[in-house]
Amino acid sequence: MNEPVIDPTVYAALQETTGAEFAAELADTFLEEASGMLAELRNARSENHADRFRRAAHSLKSNSNTFGAVRLAALARDLELKGLDPDPARDTTALAALEAEYTRAAAALKDLRNG
Amino acid sequence: MVDAAARLLIVDDNKVNRLLLSRSVEMQGHRAALAENGRIALEMLRREPYDLLLLDIEMPEMDGFAVLEQLKADPQLRDLPVIVTSSVEGLDNIVRCIGLGAEDYLPKPVNAVLLKARIGASLEKKRLRDQQKELVRRFATSEVAQDLQQSGFALGGKRVHASVMFSDIRGFTTLVEKLPPEETIELLNAYYALMFEAISSHGGVVNQMIGDGLMALFGAPLPLDDCAGSAVAAALEMVELIEQFNLERSAAQRPSIRIGIGVATGEVVAGYTGTQQRATYTCIGDTVNLAARLEAHTKVVGRGILIDESTQRSLTDGVRTEALGAVPFKGKTATAEIFAVASGRSS
Repeated sequence: MNEPVIDPTVYAALQETTGAEFAAELADTFLEEASGMLAELRNARSENHADRFRRAAHSLKSNSNTFGAVRLAALARDLELKGLDPDPARDTTALAALEAEYTRAAAALKDLRNG
Repeated sequence: MVDAAARLLIVDDNKVNRLLLSRSVEMQGHRAALAENGRIALEMLRREPYDLLLLDIEMPEMDGFAVLEQLKADPQLRDLPVIVTSSVEGLDNIVRCIGLGAEDYLPKPVNAVLLKARIGASLEKKRLRDQQKELVRRFATSEVAQDLQQSGFALGGKRVHASVMFSDIRGFTTLVEKLPPEETIELLNAYYALMFEAISSHGGVVNQMIGDGLMALFGAPLPLDDCAGSAVAAALEMVELIEQFNLERSAAQRPSIRIGIGVATGEVVAGYTGTQQRATYTCIGDTVNLAARLEAHTKVVGRGILIDESTQRSLTDGVRTEALGAVPFKGKTATAEIFAVASGRSS
């Protein structure tokens, strides 16, 4: 995968249209909110709640796209479209991959945010 | 054209999206209010007016589809322009939004330039719509305006049971000859203001004004429980208002006026007649002709209010009427039984 964790042109465009300061604040908000979304995915999985699972994946996808976190967005989108897997173990594996990708995206976003 | 700041409501369950959209909207010079889900949004929309709604689809409690459905069903809100902003998957969902009345669909992340263009276009359309509604309100009665908004415009009529009233000022031509034109207009405006008040307070609708005469409908376009009783009550009030008006006029050394009113009740064909470009809401049929003849006949018999038999039969005991016998009217094969209504004060 030679795709970057974060597409720098997306974040640059965000800075340009909304202002660097606002983009930085928005990134902070995302980093605060994302852990909640990841937790919601885990909880929805363990409680077998398909709607919540799909909605949390959808939110994470939407926000990842906003910041150009393309790989994270793709993984979240997969979960949104697929929904809860009949085999919970497969979701657990997918969620682990998602969380790992989120860690990388968050680090990259913090770097961009700090210029 | 849409330079004035508009008031937008942004509905999104996601905080990042809410902040980003409100930032974009505010940078365009508009004001934004925020709601976290559809239920809260509807509460806000019903509490205060907004110019435009930016609506997310995927939301807990009440999603965007449900919001669109509720807006469509609400006469107060169904004209509110809605731009759906969503990253919901599937073309069928977008089609569903448009089908439910959304003006536009913008995929997330929302492109700021596109958003600006769409907001501008939507607000401009809303402005034109509001302007049109205002014109309809001014030149049509509120009932016709409501009927137009609910059922849309279509030439053609439907049969309804209604009472038709004709009224005019006695000897108006002679009166006008003695008055300067400005005073005539002033007199007419005062007269119409009083007549409209009496007619609409009894559920009637003035649908034509010709010189000093007017035609009013009771029971169309919107049905009325007791159309005959309402029309006669309005007629009595009109006579009474004119008496008061005359007191004021004679105090100012101005000539008083007299009116004649004819009311007939029955089946009429009501609807829009004219062309696709220019049409008017009116009623036609025997009942309408009879009402016009009755009004003209008030001059012959020297009575203020004449009604037909069908109107008379619908009246309650409180209204005093006097049978004047059968009268052959021009253009009618059968004679018509007519009745004079005694006004409340004079015996």
